[in-house]
Formats: sequence, C-alpha cells, structure tokens
Amino acid sequence: MKVSVDMGSCHGHQMCAIAAPEVFGSDELGNAKVLIEGVIPAELEGKARRAEANCPERAIIISE
Amino acid sequence: MTDTRKPVESMLTDYDIFEPSFVANPYPGYSEIRESECPIARTERYEGSWLPTRYEDVVALAQEYEIFTSRGILVMPPPPGQAEGAYGGVAAPPITSDPPDHHWHRRLILPVFAPQAVAKYEQSTRDLCNALIDEFIDKGTADAAADYAQHIPVRVISNMLGVPLDMEETFTGWVRGVLENMTDMELRKRSRLAIIEYFLAQVEDRKKNPRENDLISELMNTEVEGKKVPIEYVLGVCNLMLVAGIDTTWSAIGSVMWHMAQHPEHRKQLRENDDLWPTAIEELLRVYAPVTMARIVDRDIEFQGCPMKAGDRVLMAFPAANRDPRQFENPDEVILDREHNRHVAFGSGIHRCAGSNLARLEVRVALQTWLARIPEFELVDPATVTWAGGQVHGPRSCMVKF
Repeated sequence: MKVSVDMGSCHGHQMCAIAAPEVFGSDELGNAKVLIEGVIPAELEGKARRAEANCPERAIIISE
Repeated sequence: MTDTRKPVESMLTDYDIFEPSFVANPYPGYSEIRESECPIARTERYEGSWLPTRYEDVVALAQEYEIFTSRGILVMPPPPGQAEGAYGGVAAPPITSDPPDHHWHRRLILPVFAPQAVAKYEQSTRDLCNALIDEFIDKGTADAAADYAQHIPVRVISNMLGVPLDMEETFTGWVRGVLENMTDMELRKRSRLAIIEYFLAQVEDRKKNPRENDLISELMNTEVEGKKVPIEYVLGVCNLMLVAGIDTTWSAIGSVMWHMAQHPEHRKQLRENDDLWPTAIEELLRVYAPVTMARIVDRDIEFQGCPMKAGDRVLMAFPAANRDPRQFENPDEVILDREHNRHVAFGSGIHRCAGSNLARLEVRVALQTWLARIPEFELVDPATVTWAGGQVHGPRSCMVKF
C-alpha cells in the first residue's frame, strides 16, 4: 500500500494525522504531508485506511 | 423576561433558532427536520433562512462556495446600515471572504495555526487551566462553564494577540454582544465597533512603540506582493480572533465538561487509556460541535428541490450534520473510540476553521487538566444548566460538585 494526498482538495483538517500520525503530518500551512513516501508498513495499513475514511475532503489517495 | 415570541407552528416551515427549548437542546428539532420528507427546512423569521440538516447537504453547500457565498456568515442579518457605517469595510477575514481575496486572506494566517505552531501554547494553556482550578478546588463546587471554560480561550487568544489579560471580561462581553444576543441590533453594532476601535488603538500604539512576537505586530508587518496589507485586513483578523476564537471554543469546552459530569464511565476510560485521547476529542467535537455558520445565495438556484433566491440566507448547521444517522452509526451516542468519524465540526471546504488545531488543543488540555485534579464530579442539578445557541451552542452556567 502507498498513500498520497490530493493537495488541491486538502483543506488542512488534519484528521488524517489524527487517525494515522505515523503516516501523515502537517506542512507549514497545516495541510497534510505524507511522512512515508514508499510502501506503508503492514501494521500501519489499518490506520492509513482510517485516515482515508475520515478525511472530510476525500483528499487521501490509497494505491495498492 | 417573558418570552413574547410567536409559538413555532412547524419545525419544517417556521423554525426559530432562538426559541429557548431549541437553544438548550437543538438535536430533537434537527432530527425531526432531517427525518421528515423535507430535510431542508424554511423559516420566515429573522428575514428568512433555509436549514439543511443532512450531512450530505450541509457538506455540499459548504463545498459550493461560488453559489453559497460568505457575504453573510452570521445566522442573523447584520444590523441595518452596518456596511456603510463606521469601519464598514472591516469584516473578519478569511471567514467573511470569498475567492479570489479569500486565498491570500487565509494563506497569511494558516501558518500561525498549524499543529506544530499551536503546540507552543500547550504549556501556557495547561498553566492557566491549573490557575483557574486553584480558585475553586477547595470549595467542592464550581461553575464548569462560567468559572472554567469561559476563561480559557479568551486568555489564550489575548496571549497570542499580545494584549493585556485584564481585558478578558471586556472581550467576553463584546463577543457575547456580537454572537449571543443577536436580536439586539444596537448591542451587536456597539459591540462590533468597540472591538474595531480597541484594535485600531492597539495598531496605533504599535506604530509608535514597535513590538515583536505578537500577532498584531506580525499582521501589521505582513506584505502581499510587496505592499503592506491594508489596515482593514489587520483589524479584520483581530476581530476574527475574538469573534471566532472565544465563544466557540469556550462552548465546546463547556459542553464537554457538562458531558463528563454525567458520564463517569467516560472519565474512567480516558483515565485508563492515554492513547484514546485523540479519537475521544474528535468524537466529543462531533457530538458537541458548537458552531452553525451561514451563507448567502449568489443567484437563483434549486438546491435539493428547494427554490432558493439570490440573497437568501442558508444556515450550515454542522451540529445537525454531525448527528445524521446516514453518516454516523448511533449518532447521538458518545463513543470515545469511534474509529470512523468524518465529522464536520470545523466545517468543510475552503473555509475549514482556521483555528481548529488550537481549538482541539484547548479542549484536550482543559479536560486533561480538570480530570487530573478533579477526577470525580457531577452536576449539582441538571435543571439549572443554562445554554446559549443560535450561532454558537454551549452551556453558560453548569454547576458541578466534587
């Protein structure tokens, strides 16, 4: 699993970072920043999916 | 005071957001509208408005900022003549801005409120919460709203702006004048002018005696495309800090205290599991989302079958959206470890609450500090709790004993 953020849709709710703090953080403006560029460790996949589900803007993109 | 308002005939066609029982507990009313054949209600009161109650509709209108504009964001029309009167050009950017100005209005303040930026206020917030608790802990009783919640955001915001803490009561009075007694147009006008004149004096003072490290000075020195930002912007952001940063977070903290006073099992859960806090705070924000915003319709449109006219006011009831059973299982229940929680307490789209990370921090620190020192407490009498509502929903008096 890999993750990315559609920065055109992200409005900085930070709900991804709350759901998966190991995977998502904040840039200077408070918008989402992906902390793991490569493959997401298996034990964090559940959290990453939760981040995707909780994003109010549907800005988290998960690719398998 | 005797309530002389006309009784509500039907929630679907005649809702009254300032009716006392709705102010105290708006959720049954939202639910009645949401589950009816007409989930977008209409009223002619207060010059008329629409009230969507389903999550999907509230989010859709928050996203459509070209149709649903921020020319009017309060749930009531402004006092007559406000825009043409003194300081008529001072609004509360970026909350009152539409694109294209919205972009730079927002861009300039976002770094101040990023999670890593607000983290530096955690210790001072904890200290001030402890100082408040020191005042009443030996009495065995306190007003969790008026003695505690009410004092926290105003002190945090004053600290950020770099204004004296002894302005606390005055600021609180002005903000209540703007947001709580919204049918009193004279009071609203006077309170707004007082805020602007106060910050104008603060700006003038900084011109003579420059300072560093406070938000007012930073704003004054900010440049956009090589030019200092206009004074209306500086005053507008200061206005926003008070009007959007005080009543709102204080209401959220108050509601959370009211909830915890009645739920020993939730206090226990939080005490025993530190990892639960981030999820728990989101859940409490979902259930007790304090803020309803408004939008002004740009042009005649039909929205979900409702014929909306240019200039109509539409209420964005985030508290209603957050309890839609189509989006949330058991929506009225507080489930501190709720995993799927796409709540919109801070809105949706380009106007997502700029202060959301600071609000989260304040709510968390307020509750953590209280629970560490007063682990067991209960309401003195549920019937004596009083509430504000309309634009911002939360308790104004909430006596607890411990």
